[in-house]
Amino acid sequence: MEGVAEVVSESRVAAEPLLKARGLGKHFGPVQALYDVDVDLYAGQVTALCGDNGAGKSVLTKCIAGIYQIDQGQFFWEDHPVHVRSPRDAARLGIETVYQDLALADNLDIVQNMFLGRERLNNGFLNEDDMERSAARTLSSLRVTTVRSIRQPVASLSGGQRQSVAVAKAVMWNSKLVMLDEPTAALGVVQTRMVLDLARRLRDRGLAVMVISHNLNDVFEVADRIAVLYLGRLVVQDRASAFDRQSVVDYMTTGASSRTVQRSDADGGKPGQG
Amino acid sequence: MEASLARAEAPESAPDPTAATEAATLEVPPELVAQSLGEWFRAWTTRIRSGDSGVLPVILGLILITIVFQAISPHHVFLSADNLVNLFQQSAVFMVLAMAEIFALLLGEIDLSIGYAAGVGGAIAVQLVQPTTTRWPWWGAIIAALLGCALIGAIQGSLITRLRLSSLIVTLAGLLILNGVMLFVLGLGPFSGYPSLAGANPNLQFLYQLMWGTIDPTVSWVGMAVIVTALACFLWLGDNRRRQSGLVAPPVSLTLLKIVLIAVVAIVVVAICNINRAAFGTLEGVPWVIPIVLVVFGVWTVLLQRTRFGRYVYAIGGNPEAARRAGVDLAAIRTWCFVFCSLTAGVGGLLYASYLGGMSNNVNGGQLVLYAVAAAVIAGTSLFGGRGKVLHGLLGGLVIGGIYNGMYLLGLDVKPQFIVTGLVLLVAITIDALSRRGATSGSAARV
Repeated sequence: MEGVAEVVSESRVAAEPLLKARGLGKHFGPVQALYDVDVDLYAGQVTALCGDNGAGKSVLTKCIAGIYQIDQGQFFWEDHPVHVRSPRDAARLGIETVYQDLALADNLDIVQNMFLGRERLNNGFLNEDDMERSAARTLSSLRVTTVRSIRQPVASLSGGQRQSVAVAKAVMWNSKLVMLDEPTAALGVVQTRMVLDLARRLRDRGLAVMVISHNLNDVFEVADRIAVLYLGRLVVQDRASAFDRQSVVDYMTTGASSRTVQRSDADGGKPGQG
Repeated sequence: MEASLARAEAPESAPDPTAATEAATLEVPPELVAQSLGEWFRAWTTRIRSGDSGVLPVILGLILITIVFQAISPHHVFLSADNLVNLFQQSAVFMVLAMAEIFALLLGEIDLSIGYAAGVGGAIAVQLVQPTTTRWPWWGAIIAALLGCALIGAIQGSLITRLRLSSLIVTLAGLLILNGVMLFVLGLGPFSGYPSLAGANPNLQFLYQLMWGTIDPTVSWVGMAVIVTALACFLWLGDNRRRQSGLVAPPVSLTLLKIVLIAVVAIVVVAICNINRAAFGTLEGVPWVIPIVLVVFGVWTVLLQRTRFGRYVYAIGGNPEAARRAGVDLAAIRTWCFVFCSLTAGVGGLLYASYLGGMSNNVNGGQLVLYAVAAAVIAGTSLFGGRGKVLHGLLGGLVIGGIYNGMYLLGLDVKPQFIVTGLVLLVAITIDALSRRGATSGSAARV
């Protein structure tokens, strides 16, 4: 059984990471938020980014998303060195971020939200038909089928549905890397399952997915790889099978773990044994 | 290996949708899911009972005003053709100013200066066409007035967006400053502050006709028929195309109902206007002011509902942060909204000058802006941004105009008129706030 699972995950793994970050550093005045962070995000894999409050999870996310500019280090996108200086740069590469607050306008409907900022026009006027068709196609490809009408205002959606709309909005643009910031923080059991399924579906489409989460249940349910930040340093990253709950908690709280789980050394991640 | 095993065995089917679906059913706008007119109507009544009533309260309010004033006005003149046309002319200024204010309200801002912006626009136009002084042609005067108003909006909008000042304070200052500017403009020339539009000069006449000119009855009928037919084709073809390509669309019967409604309203309005309403001689035909107001209504509706600009205005009103992250240039959109707001106020000012037959020191811009805000809010535009339509300006303006006109017919002066208008506004926002609170707490509980 173990062997089968290995083969499945191997077949999905690209040889090189989609996004490789090397030696990232970021400070805000005297406060050093990130020290020498190396992180790899693979296409077709869900990478969970864990860490306690203040560990630097959001700073790292915002650096990748181009909201913050890194002070040291280098990004490699499909093995080419790139600069991510603005959200626009990130979007051009195919990086989309779904923030915790989702950034949806409650008074607009699902289609309007999904196309906000990138409306399709027809002779200068909004091409509603075209946008509605595309939005419907994206939603159904992600199997977001619980909404009654894609013309209903976002205010009338449940938390999980809102999250789904935000994710669908992010993947509409041929994005290759989708980062989800605490996607299940405010959700109930059913809704959480819906969102995690969605993350899996993105992975199965060959996207790189990064999930930032506190919730170890979610992390172990959805992640192929786990990376842990501790006080601004990336203390460990490896495939999820190399961890158990206790070791992740140890890394999150102390930056090290004395526990040894069965290791699979095929991976290039930093070894995590303390 | 536990984690990956669990994942490998996780069901790939869609998540259990029941809970979410039930939650969402309650608040979906009925026209989106209804397949027939009956179903649509039932869903609509459910929605009204749950507090989201759309324009229904303001329509009921209009009917109530009509019944009350028809019953108590002397000789029951409220519904006479003469008075109804008069009512529309009185309402036109409120309507246009309310449509102006909606640009600010949609952003969640307010513009208190539009009353005096209108005053300044009217004063500029009336002064410029005076044959004894500047002798500008009517079109030059109108363009100058509108440009002046747009400039006022651009200055205020820039202060609000670039320096991040409160729109309330900036436009409150604007109210005072523009009051002074209006008095200054009116003081120019030999008119002691009361330049008039009376006289045979064609430029004076043109401005006067904006409100009082009428269109030949035959032309009125033909024009109405052309407009209604065009609108009907547009609605029918649009809805039909959406139905056939499987997009969200209203049922056929609803599209037909809308078209019939538009046609009936248009025919009734033209028929009333084409009754001879003069005590002596002939006075008939649709006043110019009706097409003028409809053009403002149509242009702004298209801008707000069918263009990227309009979409961004609603997005900023709903969630400025979402708009910012979507790459919307918030400062530019906001500034343009204040420009359009003041520009539309300028149109209102031209109509007001025409209504008064000149301009006067006594124009009360402070009162006009309050009526404009009241009109927009009564008809359902939110003071908190993101919700409202240009149509609300039309309907709300009619309510304010109806009260104004009815009180005037009763021979009452401004004292009770102020009180009644204020009370109507209070009732409107109370009903609005209570019903929205009910609706919001419902959806908040599910989030």
